Amino acid sequence: MPESAISVKNLTKKFNHSFTAVNDISFDVPKGSVFAFLGPNGAGKTTTIKMLTTLLHPTSGVLRINGMDPVKHPHDVRQSFGIVFQDPSLDDELTAYENMFFHAGLYGVPRSESPQKIEDLMKFVELWDRKDSMVKTFSGGMKRRLEIARGLLHTPAILFLDEPTTGLDPQTRNYIWSYIKKLNEERGLTVFFTTHYMEEAERSAQRVAIIDHGKIVMDDTPTNIIANSGAANLEEAFIKLTGHEIREQEAGSIDQLRQMRQMWRGGKK
Amino acid sequence: MKSNAAYAIYILWLRQIKRYFRSKSRIIGSLGQPIVFLVALGFGFGSIFAKAGGGNYIQFLSPGIIAMSIMFSAVFSGIELIWDRQFGFLKETMVAPVSRLTIMFGRTLGGATTSTIQGVIVFLITIAIGFRPDIAAVLWGLLFMFGIAIVFTSFGTALASTMEDMQGFGLIINLVNMPLFFLSGALFPLTTAPFWIQWIAYINPLSYGVDGLRAAFTNVSLYPIGVDAIVIAGITVLFMSIGSWLFSRMEV
Repeated sequence: MPESAISVKNLTKKFNHSFTAVNDISFDVPKGSVFAFLGPNGAGKTTTIKMLTTLLHPTSGVLRINGMDPVKHPHDVRQSFGIVFQDPSLDDELTAYENMFFHAGLYGVPRSESPQKIEDLMKFVELWDRKDSMVKTFSGGMKRRLEIARGLLHTPAILFLDEPTTGLDPQTRNYIWSYIKKLNEERGLTVFFTTHYMEEAERSAQRVAIIDHGKIVMDDTPTNIIANSGAANLEEAFIKLTGHEIREQEAGSIDQLRQMRQMWRGGKK
Repeated sequence: MKSNAAYAIYILWLRQIKRYFRSKSRIIGSLGQPIVFLVALGFGFGSIFAKAGGGNYIQFLSPGIIAMSIMFSAVFSGIELIWDRQFGFLKETMVAPVSRLTIMFGRTLGGATTSTIQGVIVFLITIAIGFRPDIAAVLWGLLFMFGIAIVFTSFGTALASTMEDMQGFGLIINLVNMPLFFLSGALFPLTTAPFWIQWIAYINPLSYGVDGLRAAFTNVSLYPIGVDAIVIAGITVLFMSIGSWLFSRMEV
């Protein structure tokens, strides 16, 4: 039995003692594997990721990230993973290099090593020639690549990617997946990702868990999931398992703010 | 781990300094208000103030305006926390292996430093307009400027930790800033003011900042400079503690 990078047992998260966002889920992500965590909007994906990455405390259940408890040892756990959030989390008013430099500082990357590491990673995502450009001048795809490079700067064992390719064109999506695959194969990086593009999960993940209404409804290899549900591909299997009903998600104030900021900047992104 | 906390504070501080110097419009824009106050009130009321036996009004007003510009920019720096929260950068700092207290401390130090720089610029403008401070006491003056900056940056950050929308934040700080400024003794001597204004000034942190600055620069003050310093230090500790507590409870 291979060692687990992430181990989740009977994990539950309730908000305000009434709404159960995540309801008694268990799964295991083996070290060095690529794991897809799928589900419709509001199914509990982001809540689960927040608990795995120390941003939320579970109501009950046992969590282990690289063998450590995120509630008891948040700093050690944080040191051991990198994350690319669903929403951009770069500082637009800084250059690409400064974003990397500040991350290295916050994560205590030894100062003697960080310039070389920053250069290597920025070359890896092909942004080194733009290192002195302000991030606000970057396209969505460039920002994503920079976020991936940043997430890897403190050499984590696990990389969390929350919808890393949403809103990107197919070229950029392929590009990003080729990076991620390379990282997984060459460095043995464990990758935990969510996506709404089922073909990405089918192609890249060794194992897929599907969550719906806070419960895991399926946890298997993509091939088995497709075969067991009698579908032609993962998308069909996904729809069969989670139904046709459209999920409403509360629109955050963030969407309004984005619009406002664009207006203030005269329509520039 | 200890040395990393200190370096993380430096990194968070550096980020705010860089952003401040890049935002030229913010530097220039926030100088408008103090200049208008200085020119309109300073020259407008100058002769009446002198006739009433108050002496040189610019000499009286300048420390008040310096304190005001520091307070406004310090409280306003809280809005950066709301920006960072809305645009995601806050998450990046919250998943970093540093404590919330460290993050709060670094941010407050950064906001306080930029507000102090703003105060120094206004200080130079007051000299150009005719303010003649006691240069020997300039170090005391800087200390009080930084004191005012840190008190009100903590206040702004504490307030911002409890809010999500920016318009709301802007309205609330206007609601708070204006009375604090007008009832602080920045514009008129408190000794001759009605009893109830004096009482409000007693509990207004800015009064002690204004008074301390005035003591340092012009040797004229209501309280001894040591009292002003102790009160400012005490309020700093209080606001920093409240701010840290609110910040540690923030969810992203």
